[in-house]
Amino acid sequence: MTPKTSAEVCGMGHSMKRKEDPRFIRGEGRYVDDIQLPGMLYLDIVRSPFAHANINSIKTEEALKIPGVAAVITGETLEQYNLHWMPTLMSDTQMVLPTKKVMYQSQEVAAVIATDRYAAADGVAAVEVDYDPLPVIVDPFKALEKGAPVLRDDKKDQKDNRIFHWEAGDRDATARLLAESDVVVKQDMYLPRIHVASIETCGCVADFDATMGKLTVYLTTQAPHAIRTVVALVAGHVGLSEEKIRIVSPDIGGGFGGKVPVYPGYVIAIAASVVTGKPIKWIEDRMENLQADSFARDYHMSVELGAKKGGTLTALRIKTIADHGYADAAANPSKFPAGLFSICTGSYKLQNAFAEVDGVYTNKPPGGIAYRCSFRVTEAVHAIERITDMVAQKLEMDPAELREKNFVRADEFPYKSPLGWEYDSGDYGSALDKAKTIIGYEALRKEQKEKRARGEFMGIGISSFTEIVGAGPSHTFDILGIKMFDSAEIRIHPTGKALARFGTKSQGQGHETTYAQIVAEELGIPAAHVQVEEGDTDTAPYGLGTYASRSTPTAGAAAAMAARKIRAKAKKLAAHLLEVSEEDLEWEPGKFFVKGAPQKAKTIQDVAFAAYTNHPQGMEAGLEATHYYDPPNLTFPFGSYICVVDIDRGTGEVKIRRFVAVDDCGNIINPMIVDGQIHGGLTMGMAPALLEEIQYDENGNIRGGSFMDYLVPTAMETPHWETDKTVTPSPHHPLGAKGVGESATVGAPPAIANAVVDALGHLGVTHVDIPITPEKVWNLLREKGAAL
Amino acid sequence: MAKHAIHITVNGTAHDVEVDSRLLLVHLIRDELRLTGTHIGCDTTHCGACTVLLDGEPVKSCTVLAVQADGRELKTVEGLTANGKLHPVQQGFWDEHGLQCGYCTPGMLMTSYALLQRNSNPTEAEIREAISGNLCRCTGYVNIVKAVQHAAANIG
Amino acid sequence: MIPAPFDYHAPKTLDEAIGLLQRHGEEAKVLSGGQSLLPLLKLRLGFATQLVDIGRIPGLSYIKEENGFLKIGGATSESALERSDLIRQRYPLLFDTTRVIADPLVRNRATIGGNLAHGDPANDHPAAMLALGADIVVRGSGGERVIPITEFFTGLFQTALAGDVILTEIRIPVPAANSGGAYVKLERKVGDYATAATAAQLALGSKGKIASAGIGLTNAGTVPVKATDAERFLTGKAPDEVAFAEAGRLAAAAASPSADWRGSVEYKREMVRVLTGRALARAAERAGGQ
Repeated sequence: MTPKTSAEVCGMGHSMKRKEDPRFIRGEGRYVDDIQLPGMLYLDIVRSPFAHANINSIKTEEALKIPGVAAVITGETLEQYNLHWMPTLMSDTQMVLPTKKVMYQSQEVAAVIATDRYAAADGVAAVEVDYDPLPVIVDPFKALEKGAPVLRDDKKDQKDNRIFHWEAGDRDATARLLAESDVVVKQDMYLPRIHVASIETCGCVADFDATMGKLTVYLTTQAPHAIRTVVALVAGHVGLSEEKIRIVSPDIGGGFGGKVPVYPGYVIAIAASVVTGKPIKWIEDRMENLQADSFARDYHMSVELGAKKGGTLTALRIKTIADHGYADAAANPSKFPAGLFSICTGSYKLQNAFAEVDGVYTNKPPGGIAYRCSFRVTEAVHAIERITDMVAQKLEMDPAELREKNFVRADEFPYKSPLGWEYDSGDYGSALDKAKTIIGYEALRKEQKEKRARGEFMGIGISSFTEIVGAGPSHTFDILGIKMFDSAEIRIHPTGKALARFGTKSQGQGHETTYAQIVAEELGIPAAHVQVEEGDTDTAPYGLGTYASRSTPTAGAAAAMAARKIRAKAKKLAAHLLEVSEEDLEWEPGKFFVKGAPQKAKTIQDVAFAAYTNHPQGMEAGLEATHYYDPPNLTFPFGSYICVVDIDRGTGEVKIRRFVAVDDCGNIINPMIVDGQIHGGLTMGMAPALLEEIQYDENGNIRGGSFMDYLVPTAMETPHWETDKTVTPSPHHPLGAKGVGESATVGAPPAIANAVVDALGHLGVTHVDIPITPEKVWNLLREKGAAL
Repeated sequence: MAKHAIHITVNGTAHDVEVDSRLLLVHLIRDELRLTGTHIGCDTTHCGACTVLLDGEPVKSCTVLAVQADGRELKTVEGLTANGKLHPVQQGFWDEHGLQCGYCTPGMLMTSYALLQRNSNPTEAEIREAISGNLCRCTGYVNIVKAVQHAAANIG
Repeated sequence: MIPAPFDYHAPKTLDEAIGLLQRHGEEAKVLSGGQSLLPLLKLRLGFATQLVDIGRIPGLSYIKEENGFLKIGGATSESALERSDLIRQRYPLLFDTTRVIADPLVRNRATIGGNLAHGDPANDHPAAMLALGADIVVRGSGGERVIPITEFFTGLFQTALAGDVILTEIRIPVPAANSGGAYVKLERKVGDYATAATAAQLALGSKGKIASAGIGLTNAGTVPVKATDAERFLTGKAPDEVAFAEAGRLAAAAASPSADWRGSVEYKREMVRVLTGRALARAAERAGGQ
């Protein structure tokens, strides 16, 4: 795609170097732990060693003797202000600090406030808590058994451990279609608990100014405005009114969904600042981050897919048990408790489908979050892409051919899926073709055959996924009733420079650059002259934040719409300056000119100056606009990934030899940034496919609670990603763009899993759950007599 | 708990400070000297966000006591720029989109800088190995490798 | 993560350090590179109120061949080993080993003495030293002592370094002609402890038969394991696949790993078998004159 603007203007399609980078490469980013306020105190948290226990007593005397320790806050302290519980974003409740019992290992039990980090840590070590351990339930299936102890005995109406039952699709029609299918493949799949593990952990500095009655909180949040409203709703009764609350999201060291929820530490810090009148800093350490912050996945799926003999897919049925831990604290912006799981029919034309999900309480940390996807999309895509491969295997068809046969065709968009989504645009066949060409698919199949004859196992795995991002249309998407629009406010200064503010918040996505490019595209003002600001609720327009790949679909669209409002007024100004009527003017990026007389022109800078110096009678001065964009639909980016793996028959190790990713996210704002997003997404897809998992033993003790065992990949485990693209614009987005930050996280895991199964398929292996550890592969090899 | 008077040079500037035995070097750098470009990302010496050069060698400053740096020379990310001009390794990260959230970046820069001091023309494999003590969650490392190669070409 | 309070001492001489250890007894710990000790203290899993930093004592960091031994100073960093031409050219087993310890940044601080003195059977140098038949030189108030590596590891996180004793040197017999070694480690990712790993050192004699074999196993028991049955079996055999496969089986039989997240007992034992075979094959290849 050739950019419409010059390199100097740097609108859409230019790989503009990032405007935010100079401060980061100089070490001058400003993250929350970099903020040091006069008189600031430090908060550190006492956590439970037990997964389920009554608290008999909390003794604070020894802690208070430690020099520098100012106070110890317990659930009883917060109870005085009725702040010991808080609502979750899913209208469940969770504890801030317990007064009676703890529900998971590492739950917050008390907080120590001290003059420095070291004294606070010593204070935490000195708080003595007496527990009475209770029976622990970590298995959601056991939690659903009759007679299982009811974990949430704080909730009067709760008679068991079920949180919700949700279903979509036609149960009976799907059953009928499956019964009529020539083959039905059924597979249980578990997508384990994982953690986003952004390299910056979570934290805040709460600063209550008693004189002004104003609370400022510097917070690691992806959604500052939503958090402000939540704080006002939770703490309104103690006098924190929304106009007196300012949330500032400074530079954020990675989010991936983990910085959407409200964590108890934030609330304790805010309460402590209000009570003491001093700034309070709370920064969790990595173990707290992995052990107590919101998790992702933990989905037990039973998946069935039917097909006719010739390979035509018929219907899909999925029954899921969702382990939410002790509270449904999902960061889920949809009205559906299972988020966007109903995208599970994927890229294929199915006659019908039925999905049901039961949410369950267990003695684990509450959640969940999405881990770099729209809530529950990775689970859905894994189910359909894995089971499709299994059908191909059963029918002895090439998995690429089976996909091609069943794709929704390019001329069938907009496509209404059996579970109710309207896919905006797509061209699945072209993406798969391109991926096959790049990787040399036919040659690889030949090599595989030859290698098998020599006893060497290699596998080729495909994933042709459909994503669903950009939450979202307000009829189905909200957080606590706040609709999922997003916003842009653009001001053009007299000298033709611009300030643009947004309701979203970058955590590495490069908004300061891409939003500036959108403004440049629409107004012809060089992106270098567009200052982008986000994250300060006192200045930015209200928006719902950055997650679910929604920034481009919502705030990016808002930027275009606001810019177009500005252009409409600019046209009136230009007409006034050129003394012609508006109808006589034409626009090209950066200037209006008179039709047929291109030398008679006014640049956007001329017009901007006139807006403050020479605007016509009756017109308001100034040149600015705000737009709140409520998208008419989600966007449906897609792609085809092909992965080649080699298996070590001695150790079971899986080595990714090549990985080709062909993505389609519609029109592209900044190709360099899109590529970077895909690289990162692929890595966060590979990580849970091969390495990452958080497990619990039967007593609820966490395994994988530090970077010792939570295996975030280094450059050595990460392959060299090969990326390419096709471009199928979104028909409803003002720029034809779609979200892209999460496509690769969603699409990569089944490509890898399919490659491993493909390598072992001739032995009769049909499935392996992720993460695919060497031991799992070795067990399969040994079972089939193929281990060396 | 004893206090120790230590003398360290950070980015060419000498500092005399009094520190507790247990003060971690990273906290001295961040909280006392207020050089906040050096970050903290884990507790177990895995992530490398806190990487600084100690007498020229990249080390994880969360796993060094401040007092152990007595008499030594430190270089942090703030010391890479000379007379306001970016070092080629910084320029490489910028030009090749070698960073996203920026949090691991100072550690990556320091490790890459040290690599290039030792090996002026590293291969992709050598770069990947050299940065394997630094975790990045955003970039997938592809562009970090390119950034280091870009820097190598420009150091000349 | 913040360590509990402690005092720090930076003696300038070994005698001063030994005096500090004597004075503080159980309360004291030797701080070398600190890459194992400081994380433990930060997690408040380790206990020490007096740290004696031997990092400022001159003359404890060297790599040299002398009187038929390779001598490595106790405070020599892993990265110094990794960058030593002598190690790379003449001690491939050690070179392999240093390159898979933790990660490159940790290796800039971590020392070979610390890796051994920590007494962790999951550390990598112990197996290498068992395979190489090293001696550990220690100094205490009673003077200098040489401890054969086979007597050095006494229990989980326990070594013969009792009381006021400091590890000062590792001595490795200079290998005979036609020797070769290799360290093969299976790890989940860079920086991880071994799921299983084998250090193998072979010397080939006349007619290409194995004159001597040293095999050490990492993370295969509560102490580092020397696979003596396998070593004995190999002596006098031709260095071929059949012999290495049998040696692998014998080494696996000598392993008593415990199950953890890296794998079950069965998997780990099988990996000892597989990796031992691979390490021996590589060692033989290197002994063959490369």
